Amino acid sequence: MSAAAALETRRLSKSFGALTVANGIDFRLERGARQALIGPNGAGKTSFVNLVTGALAPDAGHIHLDGAEITALAQAARVKRGLVRTFQVTQLFRGLSVLENVTLAVCERRGIGGDMWRPVGRHREAVEEAYALLEPLGLAADAARPVATLAYGHQRLVEIAIALGLAPKVLLLDEPAAGVPSGETGRIIAAVESLPADIAALIIEHDIDLVFRLAQRITVLVQGRVLAEGAPEQIAADQAVRRVYLGERDRR
Amino acid sequence: MPAVPTDASAAITAHVWRHRYRAHEALPWAVALAAYFAFPNYLPLAAQTLATILFALSADLVLGYAGIVTLGQAAFFGTGAYTAGILAAHGWGEPLSGLLAAAVVAAAVGLLSGLIILRSSGLTLLMQTLVVAALLHEAANKASAITGGDDGLQGMQVWPIFGRFEFGLFGRTSFFYCLIVLFLCWLGVRRLVHSPFGRSLTGIRENVVRMHAIGAPVFVRRLVVYTISAGLAGISGALIAQTTGFVGLDSLSLERSGTVLIMLIIGGVGRLYGAFVGVPLYMVAQDRFSSIEPVYWYFWIGLLMVLLVSFARGGVLGLCDRLWRRARGRR
Repeated sequence: MSAAAALETRRLSKSFGALTVANGIDFRLERGARQALIGPNGAGKTSFVNLVTGALAPDAGHIHLDGAEITALAQAARVKRGLVRTFQVTQLFRGLSVLENVTLAVCERRGIGGDMWRPVGRHREAVEEAYALLEPLGLAADAARPVATLAYGHQRLVEIAIALGLAPKVLLLDEPAAGVPSGETGRIIAAVESLPADIAALIIEHDIDLVFRLAQRITVLVQGRVLAEGAPEQIAADQAVRRVYLGERDRR
Repeated sequence: MPAVPTDASAAITAHVWRHRYRAHEALPWAVALAAYFAFPNYLPLAAQTLATILFALSADLVLGYAGIVTLGQAAFFGTGAYTAGILAAHGWGEPLSGLLAAAVVAAAVGLLSGLIILRSSGLTLLMQTLVVAALLHEAANKASAITGGDDGLQGMQVWPIFGRFEFGLFGRTSFFYCLIVLFLCWLGVRRLVHSPFGRSLTGIRENVVRMHAIGAPVFVRRLVVYTISAGLAGISGALIAQTTGFVGLDSLSLERSGTVLIMLIIGGVGRLYGAFVGVPLYMVAQDRFSSIEPVYWYFWIGLLMVLLVSFARGGVLGLCDRLWRRARGRR
């Protein structure tokens, strides 16, 4: 634990008036980790993601990426350093083809997104890199189709493909299987399981079965605070967690 | 290119070659040249149409590609027109440098106003574009010593192009001047929209949240395209000022900002060619309707608009697209 974590927050806090969404969150994500962030509705999971990615500015606390402080960096600068997220509700370029969705991301990462002269097609390496990302996700056959015409499960995979196009060091997967029919979650799980080993992945998830299947460590967030953190079996045995979170599931 | 008949290469190839020139892209230019020979008495009108196409093209860049809804495009058109006009009225009638000056000044106005207003979006932004144009309109009205105010700018002396081609009564020089400038600008815009920068504009229009999340400098991209578009609108205004020898306050008016949007919507937004279809259609319709119904011609334009947005979303080109697809599907 001596080396710098891939992602670390210290006493990260944020309030909207009387509502505290982050209450001094201390969090560590090791390099190459497969960790999950769980918590009941309104626990502050999505706010945490927004704070870490820079969509929200914290009231107090620090965020470190690979040992370097990024608390004051703009969202785009964090992405350039390898901090990448996916969205709970797909955020895609719906009118564009699958290949183009990913190509846009690859172009930004390669720093050619501002090129105003050479056509995209002349940046063939970027297009081919984007295509290469589609194949392992089983999206290659749909490469030329507009994203809006894909089944939702496939759109979730495009969401992951775009993130991978940004060559992330830390990948925040915000409910990767949200809204996907249970029969199709297998492909999402496979996609997450086959992420390159050097990517540290934090999976923000509601579905406990999915969490126990994918994560080596679990962080439980309740009312903007870390309630517990540990290996899945520790979390499953934790009385406080069972009360606020797992108990809720039993009642459902 | 080597044709490898696999799915992979098909998808990549389609993507990689999209910027290639296609035969039908020569059509507008062929029509323009045909019009030159077919209607020699209408060359001044044709020249105005060409310059207005450039204006609509500038609007397409911000509205159709970057998704910036603007009702203030006339601000840049008028700025360009007044720049070229004032230069020509004060002893510098060289047209090409006047055109360049108009582009630079209009782009500067675009850059400065964009720095302020592009921080907002949606309806707020729309109102702010309107305000910028209204402010300039009022400023031009007040500064009548320079602009001629309500009476318009008088006494422009535009020199011959390259010292050889005079702007005559028949409008031949005007026609080719506008045609060539439009062609060069179109080449540039076409290049731009197929570049990664241009595609990222489409990305911003489609989903700005995602563009932020892939690390794109959204504000800068929007500012740059707004500035370029302002420069093009300025060139368009200068073309009309130089070829008609007059600049009026209406060049900065809300009506002009609105009309160019209508023209663009008739043709089809975000297609690069909507301007080439919509502007001539509008101008011909205006000419026809106003000769039949001198007072109420705007009613027919309005009716045409209502029909278009109800039954032909995507404008005339959108309609052609659908018919073409249907015809192909049947085969």
